[in-house]
Amino acid sequence: MILTGRSDLPLDKDEHSRFLPWLIAFMVFLSILAVAGMLVLNATASRWDVGVRGNLTVQIVPTDDVAADEARLNEVLTVLATAPEVARYDALDEMRLIRLLEPWVGPSIEKGDLPLPRLINVELKQATSFTAGGLGARLSERVKGVAIDDHRVWLDRLVRMIETFEALALVVLLFITMATVGTVVFTTRTGLAIHREAIEVLHLIGAHDDYIARQFASRALGLGIRGGLLGLVLALPTLWMLAHLAASLDERLLPDIGFGPWHWALLLAMPVTVAFIAMTTAKVTVLRNLARML
Amino acid sequence: MIPENDEPIVRFENIGLRYGLGREVLKDVSFALAPGSFHFLVGESGAGKSSLLKLIYLALRPTRGKISLFGHEIASTPRDDLSALRRQIGVVFQEFKLLNHLSAFDNVALPMRVARAKRKDVDRHVTELLAWVGLKDHMQARPPTLSGGQQQRVAIARAVISRPSLLLADEPTGNVDDQMGLRLIHLFEELNRLGTSVIIATHSEQLVERLGYSQLQLTDGRLAIIPGRAEAASAVAASAETAAEAEEIQNQHPDSRRVIAGEEDLYENASGVESYL
Repeated sequence: MILTGRSDLPLDKDEHSRFLPWLIAFMVFLSILAVAGMLVLNATASRWDVGVRGNLTVQIVPTDDVAADEARLNEVLTVLATAPEVARYDALDEMRLIRLLEPWVGPSIEKGDLPLPRLINVELKQATSFTAGGLGARLSERVKGVAIDDHRVWLDRLVRMIETFEALALVVLLFITMATVGTVVFTTRTGLAIHREAIEVLHLIGAHDDYIARQFASRALGLGIRGGLLGLVLALPTLWMLAHLAASLDERLLPDIGFGPWHWALLLAMPVTVAFIAMTTAKVTVLRNLARML
Repeated sequence: MIPENDEPIVRFENIGLRYGLGREVLKDVSFALAPGSFHFLVGESGAGKSSLLKLIYLALRPTRGKISLFGHEIASTPRDDLSALRRQIGVVFQEFKLLNHLSAFDNVALPMRVARAKRKDVDRHVTELLAWVGLKDHMQARPPTLSGGQQQRVAIARAVISRPSLLLADEPTGNVDDQMGLRLIHLFEELNRLGTSVIIATHSEQLVERLGYSQLQLTDGRLAIIPGRAEAASAVAASAETAAEAEEIQNQHPDSRRVIAGEEDLYENASGVESYL
């Protein structure tokens, strides 16, 4: 029917379906923004995750006995040197610690004024199936007063926040789909009512329900594709603008996330998906209505 | 779905029909039509002729009773299979029911397209048939631009285009002049000769009298079957002692001889029909 361009029902002259492409364009526009947002958040989360996962900080809680603290530090360093999963480690000396604290306690403190923990930055080998708990258990077995911070708590909170936004975007997508389906159902039902007599004739001369439903489905597909492309044309410049705006705001928090080919494919698939939703909805609506006929 | 041998093409058993809570329009209607039969459906306006036809072309379900078409009992036939049965029935609706947005050509082509006929065949058959009913120059005309008679011929062409096993016509000659009316009846007779069973609902006593086929007579929702002259004659002939008696009866009803003998000259005008059929 699409190929021959011939239809037994004058669906292309229906006034009531004229607004459908615009509505679908709006839906596609929104869904592209929602999906793009989801992709950005997802990429951000995994970048943070990768950036932090290979690192942990070993902290040696200070006591009054400076010599003993030094001995514990050496003990820890010995363990780290022999640990198979450790790629690199770096013990911060006291002067660097004091410099790190300067913004809070001022420039006047000297070595020994404050009980400062000793910190060791540990970088792990990428390929190990390491758990922070394993290394931590081995360290605290050998040395007393050692704490390990793998930044999980901090990262988990951020990831949870991002997941919440992603869920929100999914809900938006779901609503968009429902609104599209509802609109197409309404449009199709109106079409069925308008062409009731012609449909009855087709039915009586032996047209199968599929034959009639296909005409509505191809019409909905055509309108859906038109609307989808319109939505895509509107969404892409908007997306480009938003990306530039975000990049200029804070480059450190939101690293410049280039979309890969898969991401573009997903965004370009949105109008096609919406068009197919429109087509299927129209078909199912017609079939359900016709099933009531004798 | 070809009917088995001797299986009636239409069988009604104790059919009753009422619309909503109204009075019964059809009452205990029972009959069986043999394949290849030709019947007139007669009765006053409101006697239930159109309702009876609607039951046959599956636009209505009876309130009670059992209908079988081509050997299939309708009530127990899956809905999906009904469209195949409908495709074997050609209907000339009283109000034509042409699709006004389609050309005469496309209207006539519909049953073939619905049955997924090849485009080449559709073009050839539709062109020939429209030419035969005298609408060669109006193929691309939309029904609203055609006269009542022309619309009726489009409707008839649509009903017969796919050579149905059963042809139902509701007042098919009401809007055409006598000559065209006769021509259309010849078309129906020609189809009937080729195996199509025909039921024509009509008010024209002249037509019924002239052709002498069996009648399904509806009176206030009740059906009576009046045998045609051919059947009457052959029934008498069978019981008659000699063939001479039968001959005598036929001579008393000269019109019946045409039906029995199938005189070819009356089909002169219909000669083009067989090529498309």
